[in-house]
Amino acid sequence: MIRTLRPKAELLSRPFVEKIIDEAVLLLGRHGVFVENAEARGLFKEAGMPTDETSLKVLINRKLIEDSLEATPLAVRLYDRAGEKEYVVGHDEVHFDPGSAAVKILDHATQQERPPLTADLVRLARLTETCENLHFQSTALIASDVPEIIADSYRLFIGLQFCSKPIVTGLFRTAGFRPMFEMLAAVRGGAEELRRKPLAIFDACPSPPLKWSDLTAQSLIDCARAGIPSELISMGLTGATSPVTLAGTLVQHVAENLAGLVICQLARRGAPVIFGGSPAGFDMRKGTTPMGAIETMMIDMAYAQIGKYLKLPTHAYMGLSDAKINDSQAGLETGMGAVLAALAGINVVSGAGMMDFESTQSLEKLLIDNEICGMAYRLIGGIAQRDEPLALRLFEGLGPESQFLTLPHTRKWYRVEHIFPELADRDTYEAWVGQGRTSMAERAHDRLERILGETSPNLVESALQKELQAIMRNDARDSGTDALPGLPIG
Amino acid sequence: MESTDRLLAAMTAAVVEGDRAAAEALAAQALADSLDLHEVIERGFIPGIQKVGELWESGEYFLPELISGAECMKAAMAVLKPAFAAALTEAFRRGKVVIGTIEGDIHDIGKNLVASMLSANGFDVLDLGADVKPARFIEAAEGTGANLICLSALLTTTMLNQRRLIELLKERGLRGRFKVLVGGAPVSRKWAADIGADGYGENALAAVKLAVELGPKRRLA
Repeated sequence: MIRTLRPKAELLSRPFVEKIIDEAVLLLGRHGVFVENAEARGLFKEAGMPTDETSLKVLINRKLIEDSLEATPLAVRLYDRAGEKEYVVGHDEVHFDPGSAAVKILDHATQQERPPLTADLVRLARLTETCENLHFQSTALIASDVPEIIADSYRLFIGLQFCSKPIVTGLFRTAGFRPMFEMLAAVRGGAEELRRKPLAIFDACPSPPLKWSDLTAQSLIDCARAGIPSELISMGLTGATSPVTLAGTLVQHVAENLAGLVICQLARRGAPVIFGGSPAGFDMRKGTTPMGAIETMMIDMAYAQIGKYLKLPTHAYMGLSDAKINDSQAGLETGMGAVLAALAGINVVSGAGMMDFESTQSLEKLLIDNEICGMAYRLIGGIAQRDEPLALRLFEGLGPESQFLTLPHTRKWYRVEHIFPELADRDTYEAWVGQGRTSMAERAHDRLERILGETSPNLVESALQKELQAIMRNDARDSGTDALPGLPIG
Repeated sequence: MESTDRLLAAMTAAVVEGDRAAAEALAAQALADSLDLHEVIERGFIPGIQKVGELWESGEYFLPELISGAECMKAAMAVLKPAFAAALTEAFRRGKVVIGTIEGDIHDIGKNLVASMLSANGFDVLDLGADVKPARFIEAAEGTGANLICLSALLTTTMLNQRRLIELLKERGLRGRFKVLVGGAPVSRKWAADIGADGYGENALAAVKLAVELGPKRRLA
């Protein structure tokens, strides 16, 4: 039997990959990186790197970068809430998750964006639980009915209770780490268990060009020490905060990520790191950051290819759209992104449900995107040799009346070789009219209502729930607030 | 007279073409030739930045042309500044603005664009940089006698801090003294209204228009 080819797409030749890395390393050695965080600067200083306490600039030499790369694990393993299901983040494994930290939600009833509420966050977590092609959840919404000071920990608090999948999250404040770490450790039953079986990824975004802020560098340090994987999210905007050429932006992207990776390894050698990003091809007409631009996707695919060359797990914000409603643009940009990400073998692909430049989540789109991700998975499953010979025997005794519908061979393979979408319309015109001429978004909304109405949430057990609530309450109190919204169960 | 007209036209062209070196040289020549600086600004450079604005609005110019036009304007003004007579200063000056990216956010591209356009359009701009605490905005605005406070944020997470500044102004009984304008990628008109800001500019040019509208009325010499 012939081995199935895993379909792949690469945009850069090997010499081009090496040239970009080389320039990034030169950039870090000559120009350096701004590190606002004093502890991180201290780590660089201890490692013998020139640091300037006035300009906050740190120069990083090639040897330290190579040494840090050497120390970084090739793959990260994440485990679900129960600690049973394992997900390998590395190699060419692809895991989709909802795009994170939206400040708005598209309300299906009004077709308008509005501030999200805790109830929306709960619905999103519950829906994510049911989306088979979204392997991870994320803290995808910032609930507006929660005090801003605890917005980061509160999202995790909800996600952990209502969805059993590993979670992609991040900090809005340095003090957010402690309660969030405590929640994760509570689910695992201890800090060492959490280190052994990571449950969450923390995103950390450098600020282009070449800056690591106080908060994000601290996040890298704290996560490295706790064994929590950090996802490095460089986000250059071509021609605005990074060079206008795609290759030029890649140099900066790689340099920013490598600087972050070194911080992680200096904080704790062997710390899990994911080479990610959220760059965009800046739109010079509108001054916006289109995630659905083909150039954005090209940069994503290319830095992921570079990450793979460096033997690192990879991530990208792909499979999302800048559309404001669930229209053709929403589908085309999301579809292209998800398919290209899968072909590029990117390990964590964040984007499902997201629209309007990473600012708005749509629960209907989340379900549509789950279906898109299913198609992307089918694509990278490739074309397999199922039989030997492939088909010759099926034609034995072939006559003019022959068909394949009743062959045992058909029945054996049709559900394996083909996937069946729930939401895409494959009805005849008459059947579609008969069912009310619905759009995909309308069908998604019906399905959403059905899922939420008919399934019960996969909640944590009550002892753990109490523990999480206590951590959340303490965090709120320490942050000077006690205004927690009531928890909608169901 | 004719040569003055040619010079003024060249000033306009320099800004329209984003030729910073030419704009500076022309400003220096205006000083050397002892030209009427009021005329230099009003008929030379300002029509340039106005034209740039028009080309932007008609969709012909994109951001790089818009911003390099503004930078030319600023460079020319910097050359002329030492020679400004009080009357001229008044002719061009529109008001004082304190601008910065809000605490927690160290992204400053959007804020820089707005600051650049504001100063190209005659505002006195105090740029506090990025990751600026709400209290610092207020102290700077009080210290300089600014009328406008402009707040930027790129991250959805940090735009939440914009609200804190407005609350702090209220706490200190200063809300009525300053107009607060907000902007940034995740910010919307709705958000501005929700937090009680005085205005929202969706891009740098909109911010300038808003600032002109809300700022002190220009006094012509």
